Amino acid sequence: MTTGEHTPGLMSGLLGTARRDLLLVWKRPGDVLNPLFFFAMVGTLFPLAIGPSVEQLEFAGPGVVWVAALLAMLLSLNSLFVGDFEDGSLEQLLLSPQPLVLLALGKTIAHWLTSGLPLVIMSPILAITFRMPADTILILMATLALGTISLSLLGSVGAALTVGLHRGTALLSLLTLPLSMPVLIFGARTVSLAAVGDVYSMGIFALAAYAVGALSLAPFATAAALRISNE
Amino acid sequence: MTQKLEANELTLVRGEHCLFEGLNFALRSGALLLLEGQNGSGKTSLLKAIAGMLDLESGEIRWNGEAIRDVRQDFNSSLVWMAHRVGFKADLTLLENLRFESTLRPVSAHDLNAVLARLELSRLRKLPMRSLSAGQQRRVALARMLLSGADLWLMDEPFTNLDRAGRELVMDIVNEHLAEGGMCVMAAHQDVPLNAPTERILLQ
Repeated sequence: MTTGEHTPGLMSGLLGTARRDLLLVWKRPGDVLNPLFFFAMVGTLFPLAIGPSVEQLEFAGPGVVWVAALLAMLLSLNSLFVGDFEDGSLEQLLLSPQPLVLLALGKTIAHWLTSGLPLVIMSPILAITFRMPADTILILMATLALGTISLSLLGSVGAALTVGLHRGTALLSLLTLPLSMPVLIFGARTVSLAAVGDVYSMGIFALAAYAVGALSLAPFATAAALRISNE
Repeated sequence: MTQKLEANELTLVRGEHCLFEGLNFALRSGALLLLEGQNGSGKTSLLKAIAGMLDLESGEIRWNGEAIRDVRQDFNSSLVWMAHRVGFKADLTLLENLRFESTLRPVSAHDLNAVLARLELSRLRKLPMRSLSAGQQRRVALARMLLSGADLWLMDEPFTNLDRAGRELVMDIVNEHLAEGGMCVMAAHQDVPLNAPTERILLQ
């Protein structure tokens, strides 16, 4: 800490919130592990239920992994702002001279790093249980990486809108799911196309475009929603 | 530089209940505004409205002559907020919490170690917030105010959970802040013996 007066720069709030949230997850990993556990369970139970037919597993694989990832992301979104709302940190964020858009983005980045990225890293294990070939697994990881970025960003808007409500879980899902549909459709379909050796690059471009769109719009909506929710 | 916080004809309605109507005040550097009233009379709501966190039915709050919603960034860098909920992360240590605070707002010339020593928090610096008592957490919130470079202190019931020495410490710190040309809006339901120019608003 310096001894003279100084004003933090524009990015310090974004980096500060991201660092704080990562530190919190490090000290309390339980909240993050639950959705991951759910993801792994769905992935391993499905092949058992479908049966040993290789064709059926290959057919269902991309869809099942993608649905499991989407639901795991929804599970993790609930706690995005609730903690800050309950302990009063949200008020401190709202009253900071740092732009709320950047603070919300910092929190969303930390959320993706602790919820989206682990899903991407874990997905090959699930893919193997569905007999996915190695090059398709890479496509799966690419679509999940782009898709979870969109889901984190879109979900942060829903989480911000429902933060003040008790039991806002169902509402959060209702708000987030319609916007998540394109991600799910493009994500699962791209992997299916890649699995049968078809042209799949369009799907990757669409997911990337969706992620960029979400990145440029969602933080503003999240910031506005946080102001409304805190009233 | 003298700063000025003004309110013109504030009216706030929550639900169907009108908390206050046509409320005016003007606060200059070095002065204290004391909000008094019973529980539920709207002290916290008025504080939140002053901070710009509540939409008013009518009226305007001005910071140095400009509506606060037009100069939100400038206004926010001049204020620091202390509420019932202290706004610290229970799982992080005292130092980690204060370090995060320093990324959020301008930092004052106060030395961290001196502030912690004065508030008797020095030996708690490595402890997670959840192991601190409610009164100690209030003291950390005071440290946040001292370490921020903000002129305007918004305090909601700053004496809650504090022992006698803690209450005197709050008064000393607020007195010093006002003497240095700061300003303070405080909601309290007990007598606050401060020797700064004080304006009072009694909410019914």
